[in-house]
Parts: sequence; C-alpha cells; structure tokens
Amino acid sequence: MKVNFDVAVVGGGVIGALAARELKKFDLSVVVLESAADVAAGASKANSGIVHAGFDAVPGTLKAKYNVIGNAMMEQTCRELGVKYIRNGSLVVARTCEEEGILPELLFRGRQNGVKGLKIMLREQLAEEEPHIADGIAAALYAPTGGIVCPYGLTIAAMGNAMDNGAELLCGFTVVGAVKTGTGWQLVSADGHELTARIVVNCAGAGAEQVAGLFGDTFFRIGFRRGEYMLLDKSVGTYAKHTVFSVPTKAGKGVLVTPTVDGNLLVGPTSVEEDEYTTATRRAAFSELRQKASAMLKEIPFGQVITSFAGERSYSDRHDFILEWGKPGVFHAAGIESPGLTSSPAIAEHIAEQVAKALGAKKNGDFVPVRRSMHWFKDLSAEEKNRVIAQDAAYGHIVCRCEEVTLGEIYEAMRSNPPARTLDGIKLRTRAGMGRCQSGFCQPSVLHELMTEFGMAAEEITKNGGDSRIIVGGEL
Amino acid sequence: MKKQLVIIGGGPAGLAAAVAAYDAGVRDMVVIEREEKAGGILKQCIHNGFGLTRFKESMTGPEYAQRFLDEVNARGIEIMTNTFVTGLGTDKKVTCMNESGVFTLEAGAVILAMGCRERSKGALNIAGTRPAGLFSAGTAQKYVNIYGYLPGKRVVILGSGDIGLIMARRMTLEGAKVECVCEIMEHSSGLRRNIAQCLDDFCIPLYLEHTIVEIKGKERVESVVIAQVDKEKQPIPGTEREIPCDTVLFSVGLIPENELTKETGLALDPHTKGCFVDENRETDVSGIFACGNVLHVHDLVDFVSEEAEVAGRAAAEYLINGDSEHVYIPTVAGENVGYVLPQRAGKGKDIKLYFRVRSAFRNAVIRVEAGEMVKTYKRIAVAPGEMENITIKAADFADAQSIRVSVTREA
Ligand SMILES: Cc1cc2nc3c(=O)[nH]c(=O)nc-3n(C[C@H](O)[C@H](O)[C@H](O)COP(=O)(O)OP(=O)(O)OC[C@H]3O[C@@H](n4cnc5c(N)ncnc54)[C@H](O)[C@@H]3O)c2cc1C
Repeated sequence: MKVNFDVAVVGGGVIGALAARELKKFDLSVVVLESAADVAAGASKANSGIVHAGFDAVPGTLKAKYNVIGNAMMEQTCRELGVKYIRNGSLVVARTCEEEGILPELLFRGRQNGVKGLKIMLREQLAEEEPHIADGIAAALYAPTGGIVCPYGLTIAAMGNAMDNGAELLCGFTVVGAVKTGTGWQLVSADGHELTARIVVNCAGAGAEQVAGLFGDTFFRIGFRRGEYMLLDKSVGTYAKHTVFSVPTKAGKGVLVTPTVDGNLLVGPTSVEEDEYTTATRRAAFSELRQKASAMLKEIPFGQVITSFAGERSYSDRHDFILEWGKPGVFHAAGIESPGLTSSPAIAEHIAEQVAKALGAKKNGDFVPVRRSMHWFKDLSAEEKNRVIAQDAAYGHIVCRCEEVTLGEIYEAMRSNPPARTLDGIKLRTRAGMGRCQSGFCQPSVLHELMTEFGMAAEEITKNGGDSRIIVGGEL
Repeated sequence: MKKQLVIIGGGPAGLAAAVAAYDAGVRDMVVIEREEKAGGILKQCIHNGFGLTRFKESMTGPEYAQRFLDEVNARGIEIMTNTFVTGLGTDKKVTCMNESGVFTLEAGAVILAMGCRERSKGALNIAGTRPAGLFSAGTAQKYVNIYGYLPGKRVVILGSGDIGLIMARRMTLEGAKVECVCEIMEHSSGLRRNIAQCLDDFCIPLYLEHTIVEIKGKERVESVVIAQVDKEKQPIPGTEREIPCDTVLFSVGLIPENELTKETGLALDPHTKGCFVDENRETDVSGIFACGNVLHVHDLVDFVSEEAEVAGRAAAEYLINGDSEHVYIPTVAGENVGYVLPQRAGKGKDIKLYFRVRSAFRNAVIRVEAGEMVKTYKRIAVAPGEMENITIKAADFADAQSIRVSVTREA
C-alpha cells in the first residue's frame, strides 16, 4: 500500500468525497481517510437532501456565497456523476400574518444573495401548484431554483469518480494522531496505521474539532443539533410536488415536507441541541413532526410511514462554514451544516484550488469527470432492459422486490468504486432494502451475495461495519 | 405471447388455483413465480400443523406445499420460476422479467396469488437507535430454517402474530433465550394453539398491552425498553422496563402484497387491503381473480387452498363459457366484525362468508341478516386471530338488499 500522498482528506462525507474528486483534477496523489466502514456515514447520509435556492443565508456569509454557487453547479455535477437530482422548486409557506410579513424579507435577502426567479405566490395559485396545501396558508415564497438530490448517492458517486481517477479510499481509518514532518504531516490511525501527506484537508464533519485539535488548531468549536425524520412510502410520494418549508426561525429552517428523488415523501427535520453526537430518534419527535407538517400540508397520510431516522448537524461556533488554513499544510472545511450539501460542489472546488495553489500543482489532463453510471435498471425501457440482460443475465434477476433491484446491480455495487462491503453499503448504492418491507425479503439474499463475493462467513457480514453483525447466534 | 390463464404467484394459493383450473378444463396456463422454487412462504415454515382442516393430518409447510406441487406436476402445468411480474394491465397483459429478458403475456384470464408481506418495524415509529439485530419474524425464520444461521441469542419479540409465536419456539429450540413477547392489544393476534404450544410450553411470558418504546444499542441491539400501554395504546409513564437483548423480532401484522394490483388500478378494500371481490373471487375487472393472502390474510393455509380452488374454477368457467350475468348485493361487516369476504355476493348461489371479529370473547353469537332472514350461530369463543365462516343458502338471500354479519356476546 502506498503511504506517501500529496493530499490526505480526512472524512468521506459529501465534502471530503467531492474534494477528493476536485483534487484529482490536478496532478496530485490523494487519499481519503474515513473512520467508518463506508463513505457517507455522517451527516451526508441522513439529511433533507434539499438543494437550497439560497434565500435563507445571511448575505455576506460563506453560507450565502457557496449556497448560490453550489446550487448553480449541482445539476452538472449530478449529470456527470449519474446522481439523481430534480429541480422541483421550493415554497416557503406563511402560516400567520406575522409570517406573511417575513416573506418579502426573505425575497429581498435572496435577491441580495443572487438567487434568481424568486416570487411571492398567493393562495389561489398556491392551491393550484400544491393541491394539499393547508387551509390557513395565504401566501408563500416560491424559489424555482430549489431542488432535491440524493445526498449519499452524490457522496458515493463523487468518491467513486475520484477513485476511478486514481484517488485512494481507506475505510476504517480513524485519524487519531498527527505529527509534523519536514514536508507535511504524518497521520496515525486508531489501529496504528501510518501515512504521510504534504497537505491535510479536514472534512471530518462531527469530528472536525477533534481532528483540528490533533494539529494544534483550536480556533473553532463544533456543536451538535439533531434532526429527526419520517419517511413515507412511494405510494404517497407525490403528496407534495415542491419542497415545502415553513418560515425559518432562529432554530433553523424548520420542518419541511418534500418529495425525494427516489419518489418517497420526507417529513422533517426536528432540531434538538445535543452535547454529544447521536442519531437516535426520540419518541416525542413523531408527534412534533406530524403537528408541524400538518400546519403546512393537510391530511398527510402518516399511515404510510415506512421508517424514521435522524441526522446530526455539526455547526461551528461562528455559525458559518469554516473554510481556511490552520497550521501550515492543514486546511479546515468544518462546521459544514446546512446548506452544506447544496454548497458541496462549490466548497470542493474551493478546497482543490487552495490546495493546488499551495502545492503548485498542474492540471491533470487525464481526468475523466463522468462516472460510468449505475444502471437504475428499473427505470430503463423494456428494450434497454433486454439489451442489458442479453449481456449479463444477472440483470434479469430481481433481488429486492419492493424497489425492483436486480442481482446485476448488487454485483455492480460490490465491484465498482467505492465497493460496498456491508448491507447498508449495498442499500445506499442500489436501494435494496429501502422499500416498504425494509429489507425483510431481500436481506438474507444480499447477505449471501456479500459472503460469496468477499469470501466471508455469515457472522462476518455487518450492517455498517464495526460490531453491527447480522448473525450473532452462530451457524446451526 | 398468448396464454389462456396466467397465475401470478406460485405459493399455496397459486398452486391450488392452477390445479382447480386444470381440472375444470383449462390447459394453456402458466404459474409465474419470482423465487427459485414454488411453494411460497411455506418453504420456510418447517413446523407442523398445516393441513389439519383440509387433510385431517398434521403436515409441515414444505410437505403441504409438496402435495400441491405434486398435483401440479402430475398435470404437467408449467411453473415459470425466477420470473418477476413487473406489470399488469386491465387488458390482462402481464409483463414479466427473468434472465432471458422482459416479455409480455397476453392472458385470457389472470389469477392474482402474490401472497402477503410482513409489516415492517419502520412503520411503528419506535424511538431509539437503528442498530443491527432488528428482524421481522419471517426474515429470522428464513435465516434459521433456510440458511441455518441463528440471528441472535437473546431475543425480545414484539407482536404476537403467528410467525412471531412460531419463532419464539424455534429460536428457543436452537438455543436462544426468548425473554418475552410483547403485544400492544389486550389479546393476541395469533392462533390459540400457537400460544399454548410455542409460549406456554416453553415458559415464555406474553405481556399483553405492552409495547417497545425504545431500542438501544449502537452497532448491535443492546436492550429494549418496554412499557405497558393505556386504552389509547399510549405507553403509561412509570411502567417502563429495560430488557437486555441482542435481537428483536417484529411480528406486527401481515399486509397483502398489492403493489402490482394498485398499479393496475383494481379496486381495493381498505379493511382487507386486498381486492374487492365477488363469490368467485373475481375482482372489479372481469377475468382478473384474486385468492390467498393477497386477497385477505388467512391464518390457516387450508382456507387459502379452498379459496384458490374457487378462483381457479371460476377462472376456468370464465375462459370456457365467458362472463356470466350477475345480480350482486353487498356483504356488510356489522357489530364487532372487521370485514366480510367476499365483499359482494351474486344472487342465485349458496355463499360461504368468511369474516374476522374485532375482539376476542367467549360465548359469542354470530348473527347473519339478509332481508327478512335472520340466523344466529353460537361459538364458544371467537378471536381476531381466527377467521370464521358461515354458509348461506341462495334462497335465504334471494330477496335481500344486503347480507350483514355481526357478532355479539350471548345475553
Ligand atoms: C438533519 C440535517 C439536515 C440537513 N439538510 C440539508 C439540506 O437539505 N440541504 C443541504 O444543503 N444541507 C443539508 N444539511 C447539511 C449537510 O448534510 C452537511 O452540510 C453535509 O452533509 C456535511 O458533509 P461533511 O462531509 O462535512 O460531513 P459528514 O458527512 O458528516 O462527513 C464527515 C465524515 O468524517 C468522518 N470522520 C470524522 N472524524 C474522523 C476521523 N478522526 N478520522 C477519519 N474520519 C473521520 C466521519 O465518519 C464522516 O463520514 C443537513 C444536515 C443535517 C444533519
């Protein structure tokens, strides 16, 4: 294994993954160090997946700047990477006269930030655009540039494309030590592996403060705010057409209701201040979400909930993104809370420019920006399906019946960059197990495929690494 | 490709329907099965107790399935395995996919026999973490009985559905410790015989009016918090109890697998979550029939077979003699009855009504009203987990506008 790199990116979230990809546009050797068993293990797995228009961030902040640039870059980024992205438009609905008064303020702020196409929509048109809008709502701010994206899909695809272009990924590498060397830094993992890099980019999300501390950088703090969600079945995925927000408050953008790119309906997030990182859901969250969502859309079919989950926001004590050099050779991308996903292509580009400049790196002429896309076989026409099956019969074999995921796609997830080695890894790449039965039918088959592919015993297969083993009672 | 009869699903319903249709004269037919082998969920039900009603003998699931499979094979009926139906039109065009590609069968008649799936834990809104070790009872059953892996050693089961009860015993026999079964209702939804044979015989406690309020554990389940619930099914503060375990099984209900049906646009009954059918198990689109657990969830496979035979014969009748004229009246679920199936009854023929009560009690009186006619039937005990049936003579509802079934306690 190679141990000396030009750049080490700490953290395989959406920021780290896209940064690695941007860095590979230069003639640099790049490694991504991720403590979990797979990329997209932190905030980039569990969030709202909204590509924010940019009317919300305070003008002049980094959030405002990168939100608007990132929003503009998202479509092409997703096209190149084969990631699902839909520009469905956002609505901020006002529930009271007071809130109605805030809409023009948001509109003005948005214009200042450079957001295009914003307008106030009145009840009549609103009811036409969004048929289930709650009765009490008289007006909304409409942002046509608001969109939705698959956050973990983007992270995985970005990492895959970076790897296809030569970047390395080391999962299970928790950075716990950093030692200054003559040319850069030596990094040490929790299990004693070492490697060196001339430049380290800290994209460690929830761990960013700790990672910074390893280099002696203590100029920011990270706080945590949990966000809980309920996900509804595809049968009600079109209940909202736009992403419907309530008017933002100090606590954040509040609860939203949105379709997802995969056709589900998502309700959330809550906002709970935490001392420690946690992604457990609270019982109280469910009633809170129902209540808040029902103030925006009426009669939401909550009977169709298929799962609930939580994500943890990691915000900086500046309440803005931290994108700056610390100790020599250390660049911090920390406190990347919302709109971090939206901003990610722009942040990544900025990181790569900074690093390339510092290292005097040339452009990489061989860089291929397009990732051979996963098939999303289900969405192909019958003729296209037949063509694919004729080449590889595994695509004619459905493993996950709820999401109609084929064996061919499972193979692809295990064999293309970054390879899936866990059940969640397969799930995030293929959607096997994400449907209404929540893996009841396909989990044993997927487990079996992982065992065969990697020559592992049943007891070695995990949900998402560590001791998250599926079978702990032994073989009979 | 044209096919007179296409049967979707090769479980006990599909197999019995195929045999019945064949015996009623249909030859050009195929059973489509997505799994490698026909037999459906019975393949993993290696416990006995199947066939008591129908064959008066106790068989295992695979034995019961094999009986029908033998009948199917003896008649040379084609079963197309590893084939997934991806679409069905009201024009009875069935789109399928398998390793040879995507193809369409133009059917004269279709029988839906896709079975059901378990309700997932995700639908329950349980607070806490999402570690490994959470399984629906049927998934655990597949691991143990098909793959030979024991998912865990210390188990809590939520829901007293039959699969959960069977798995309580199965996991115990394989050396796991089943701490308890929690049931949110005041009665079990499982068969009484399963409570006796799977819980009582192994001293596994059944906590009625209890639920899991929180799941703990970072990577693998470490414990669950259970609590008693009040009349509104809300946890009662102060009754919480933490139970260490490495595995949680969910046996919280079965749902007919009608995603295909929904896309086709057939009318569904919100109570059964299956198609709206007449006494022939014909749906609201003529020539499309439904039977077995895709139509309504049965507790005994014996009744699945019986129902499938009705559908199979009716499909043959439809194919050979064409659509017949019907005068229908609705069946109505009265007091204490969850649903009555079929949802409508054609006049002129005796009808067997299947229904479920809403709550369990002893000394019950079943009351069937059809116009002038009122009949009552006594039962020593009724329970939601046990489907009841009553046959009504054609003459008894000849002039009625509806047939109502209700169940009350004996005065
Ligand atoms: C509830 C919620 C809703 C959100 N909604 C939106 C939205 O709708 N739109 C939007 O634009 N943004 C949204 N965001 C923000 C967005 O999700 C984040 O900005 C983005 O995912 C941050 O990515 P990241 O790569 O910085 O962090 P993460 O995805 O958390 O990645 C950090 C990675 O670093 C790894 N790591 C940590 N420490 C170490 C170490 N010592 N060694 C090695 N690896 C380490 C972690 O395992 C993790 O994988 C939301 C966030 C949350 C939590």
